[in-house]
Amino acid sequence: MGKRTIIPFGPQHPVLPEPVHLDLVIEDETVIEAIPSIGFIHRGLEKLVEKKEYTEMVYVIERICGICSFGHGWGYCHVIEGLMGVEVPERAEFLRTIWHELSRIHSHILWLGLAADGFGFESLFMHCWRVREHVLDLFEKTTGGRVIFSVCKVGGVRKDIDAETLKEIVTVLDGIKKELNELSDTFINDYSVKNRLVGIGVLTKEEATDLCAVGPVARASGLAQDIRLTGNGVYEKLGFEPCIETAGDCYARAVVRVREIFQSIDLIKKAVEIIPEGEIAAVVKGNPPKGEFITRMEQPRGEAFYYAKGADSKFLERMRVRTPTNANIPAMVKMLQGCDLADVPMVVLTIDPCISCTER
Amino acid sequence: MSELWRIQNFINIEPAQLIEKVQDLKAEGFRLGQACCTKVSEGFEILYSFDKDHVLTNLKLVIPEEEEIMSISGIYWLAFIYENEMQDLFGVKFKHIALNYGGNFFKVTQPTPWNPKD
Amino acid sequence: MAAFKLGKMVMRSLFKKPATLMYPVIPRQWQERTRGHIENKIEDCIFCGICQRKCPTNALGVDRAKKSWTIQRMQCIQCSCCVEACPKKCLTNENTYTTPSTEKIVDTFVAPAEEPKAEVPKAE
Repeated sequence: MGKRTIIPFGPQHPVLPEPVHLDLVIEDETVIEAIPSIGFIHRGLEKLVEKKEYTEMVYVIERICGICSFGHGWGYCHVIEGLMGVEVPERAEFLRTIWHELSRIHSHILWLGLAADGFGFESLFMHCWRVREHVLDLFEKTTGGRVIFSVCKVGGVRKDIDAETLKEIVTVLDGIKKELNELSDTFINDYSVKNRLVGIGVLTKEEATDLCAVGPVARASGLAQDIRLTGNGVYEKLGFEPCIETAGDCYARAVVRVREIFQSIDLIKKAVEIIPEGEIAAVVKGNPPKGEFITRMEQPRGEAFYYAKGADSKFLERMRVRTPTNANIPAMVKMLQGCDLADVPMVVLTIDPCISCTER
Repeated sequence: MSELWRIQNFINIEPAQLIEKVQDLKAEGFRLGQACCTKVSEGFEILYSFDKDHVLTNLKLVIPEEEEIMSISGIYWLAFIYENEMQDLFGVKFKHIALNYGGNFFKVTQPTPWNPKD
Repeated sequence: MAAFKLGKMVMRSLFKKPATLMYPVIPRQWQERTRGHIENKIEDCIFCGICQRKCPTNALGVDRAKKSWTIQRMQCIQCSCCVEACPKKCLTNENTYTTPSTEKIVDTFVAPAEEPKAEVPKAE
């Protein structure tokens, strides 16, 4: 029977992108239990619905997180449109889908870089982020901002992309595909990377179902769960299958994300081919009626819930965002049981923690 | 598959039926999506969302402010995250949460900031 | 044993020029649509105050009596709500960012004083 100690992990740690605190109970270098606690970035953004009108609230909801910013803006607009019964024109849905898939590409490349930094492969981290700059330049060219786009509004989108820029998007994505092939080859086949990822932090299919994991964490354990199949945006017209792996360890999660990048590039190419002409926004008059609506979005990190309750005035009564990291924290606590102390940063990074989303 | 996001399925239940309904849903294979709380004039309105094959089912119940409600973390262990958050921010009283932080989950400066006592 | 998978990319980057920009020595190239800062063509402004009401962060101040239009640069989030709402279309979104500084910059623009109208000779 070894000696038990409690070691605090975080909130400041070189490998964490955002502060989260874990109390690790370890016995001779093996983790027995992990107790999470959050609350370092709680800004109370949901309470601002009492002060900001529903049209201005988009700018607040967009700024919940810097990486999944477009997903939040689209989710909020989607739930208000459902509450008020507004039909969005088709070209606006195509544009939103293209921006959302570009957002997914940039988020996954960012995660690949952070994971490489997590196990010490600094040059891979720098090359991933260098490739990501091309995607951020595309954002600036089409929306005006690299991180916060401010391009979604209730009823549609605010800016249009002309045909020439759409062709340029496809050219840029084809250009980075060659470098992405080399980077993904390193993640999938390199000997030292596999040594750090294979067999660590295993989550079996039964545990994933029991703990209701979402996003790439669930898909890497064999659950076929992807909210893009519910038909928001134009995913139905583009037609796709979720990427599934069955091993359930850190390596499987990295492989799922790498495959999703290539799948997103194909989805964007298909969308650019069949995008129709038309309006980019519907006219919205009046206030949200009394009632409630729930919608869900497949963000890069998983499934996000948006719940809105209207009160027949310009101010909503309640707005609730449940983000994917919030649902993956119990799965992370389960994964940490039984792993070595040196593997804890890798396991924490592998659920793609976005703590500023979790605490809004 | 088309337009599944339009299906809402809000079901109003009494607080006494909560545990039975949740166990029924678990046996049918639903997974817990989220748990949310709103402050209304009668007390608190709590909403639980469940999902199976991308179709939503929501349970809604209203309890007066000082009443205790049974926690569902015995059935779905992960509910402790949502219930601790509701306890810290609104002051909802839960019985038998699986992992109870006792008000220290969210580090806030004043207790129950979204339901101010003054 | 598959090793050195990143070797080719590392070798290539040894012989290319660096990917980073020597900012601020070399200035940044802005895109056309970049949301940088808001400019007002003060001669056309009628000081109606619609932009002040629409601004989500309350960064604008409009005084009709004194004919002045104030913007707190550090409060503005460059959302362009004011640009879309202006009835006279005198507000534009320029594509350079506000220069970083150590204190909160407030810019005020005052309309030029009207010149007295030239005397029109009375028609007989």
